[in-house]
Amino acid sequence: MDTIIEQFFNVEIMARTFPIILRGLGMTVLVCIAVVPLGLLGGLAVGFSMQTRFRPVRLLIAAFVDLFRAIPPLVLLIFVHSGLPFAGIQLTAFGSVCLTFFLNTSAYYGEVYRAGIESVGLGQWQAARSTGLTAGQTGLYVILPQAVRNVLPDLISNTIEVVKLTSLASVVALPEMLYSSDMARAVTYNASPMTLAALIYLVLLWPLVRLVSRLEHRLGH
Amino acid sequence: MSGWSLFIDTFFRPDLVAQYLPAILKAVTITVQVAVLIVATGLASGLMLAVARSFGLRAVNLCIIIFADVFRTLPPLVLVLLVYFGLPNVGLTLPSFAVLWLVLSVVLSAFAEEILWAGILSVRRGQWEAARSTGLNFVQTLAYVVLPQAIRLTIPPLTNRSIVITKNVALGSVIGVPEILNVATTAQSFVGNCTPLTLGAICYVVLFIPVVLLGRWVETRFAWGRA
Repeated sequence: MDTIIEQFFNVEIMARTFPIILRGLGMTVLVCIAVVPLGLLGGLAVGFSMQTRFRPVRLLIAAFVDLFRAIPPLVLLIFVHSGLPFAGIQLTAFGSVCLTFFLNTSAYYGEVYRAGIESVGLGQWQAARSTGLTAGQTGLYVILPQAVRNVLPDLISNTIEVVKLTSLASVVALPEMLYSSDMARAVTYNASPMTLAALIYLVLLWPLVRLVSRLEHRLGH
Repeated sequence: MSGWSLFIDTFFRPDLVAQYLPAILKAVTITVQVAVLIVATGLASGLMLAVARSFGLRAVNLCIIIFADVFRTLPPLVLVLLVYFGLPNVGLTLPSFAVLWLVLSVVLSAFAEEILWAGILSVRRGQWEAARSTGLNFVQTLAYVVLPQAIRLTIPPLTNRSIVITKNVALGSVIGVPEILNVATTAQSFVGNCTPLTLGAICYVVLFIPVVLLGRWVETRFAWGRA
């Protein structure tokens, strides 16, 4: 028991490595600020394009969504980061992470938006259009607010997944929180820095996880 | 060299395809094995936890809720690295394969518990009361009346969650599990050509496209609220 505390919950080591991990947290936040809006916007585009009457476009979008839901994000990230340079496309670690997440999360957010848009009755479209709103205005002011409200739990839970996924960036040596804590672990020969990182993830995400659970249980009834 | 042949030479060089395809196909079988194991143990333990929760014992439920919350919150890669590099320091060395299986099963069981519990809650009270009044006891009611409906309701979210988590088998490459990504990246850095990586990516896509399509089908077939 003492060794477990010594190896995983060593407060002294945690305190010493805290500044490094905090800097990692800064990078994690930065990545999230970049990739969550990217995914939300990409997903919005995907969700609305799925509504087109033009079948080839629909099939193309569906293929895009399924492709990027099928490929594990880590595989995509490695392919972008160490595969594309062979074709002369050399992105920084941050750039690779952004591109990978854009492709992956647009697909997931897109499905969520699509479900939301389809949950709004056709009558809403027709009524809005008949008042003289253009198609774009109808989508933005009438459909989207209702769609977002209907799928809010899914949007939040997807965002939690995106934040968790940013830990993959450590694999391409982007110094976010997991990478920093892993470095600290290697230097101190002690797992406590990683426990600290895990605790920070827990503190940041747990309220959101609870919120989603409550929203979902409430909607279930 | 024309653009097309340059493209082929970079991403699909035939001799490298021939050379590395067997190794990558072997990695495919390992990936499938780990994935199947994770789904089996993850869903089974998630179901056990959800059943345990329905007995309504305060202390037990508190533990289950904390377990489910913690493992739904932590990124799987953090857990994989923590277990893989942390446990040897306390004298417990698990093979990388076991670490990956253990961590992803635990994560899946946490999600499965929450989903199944939501399913159990959504079975109407009248179902419980009617079953109990026919003389079934609590366990029989749960097993024969409530769970079949709850499971049917939760098949779509369970399927989707299982897909998301089994895709994390690729995380095994970070700790040296010889799954597809690991074998592909090793070969790629050895030959200095992207072909093995392309093969690996294609294998993952070929493996998961049917599963994703299955998930889509299941979603329409067992839509919520139809039971």
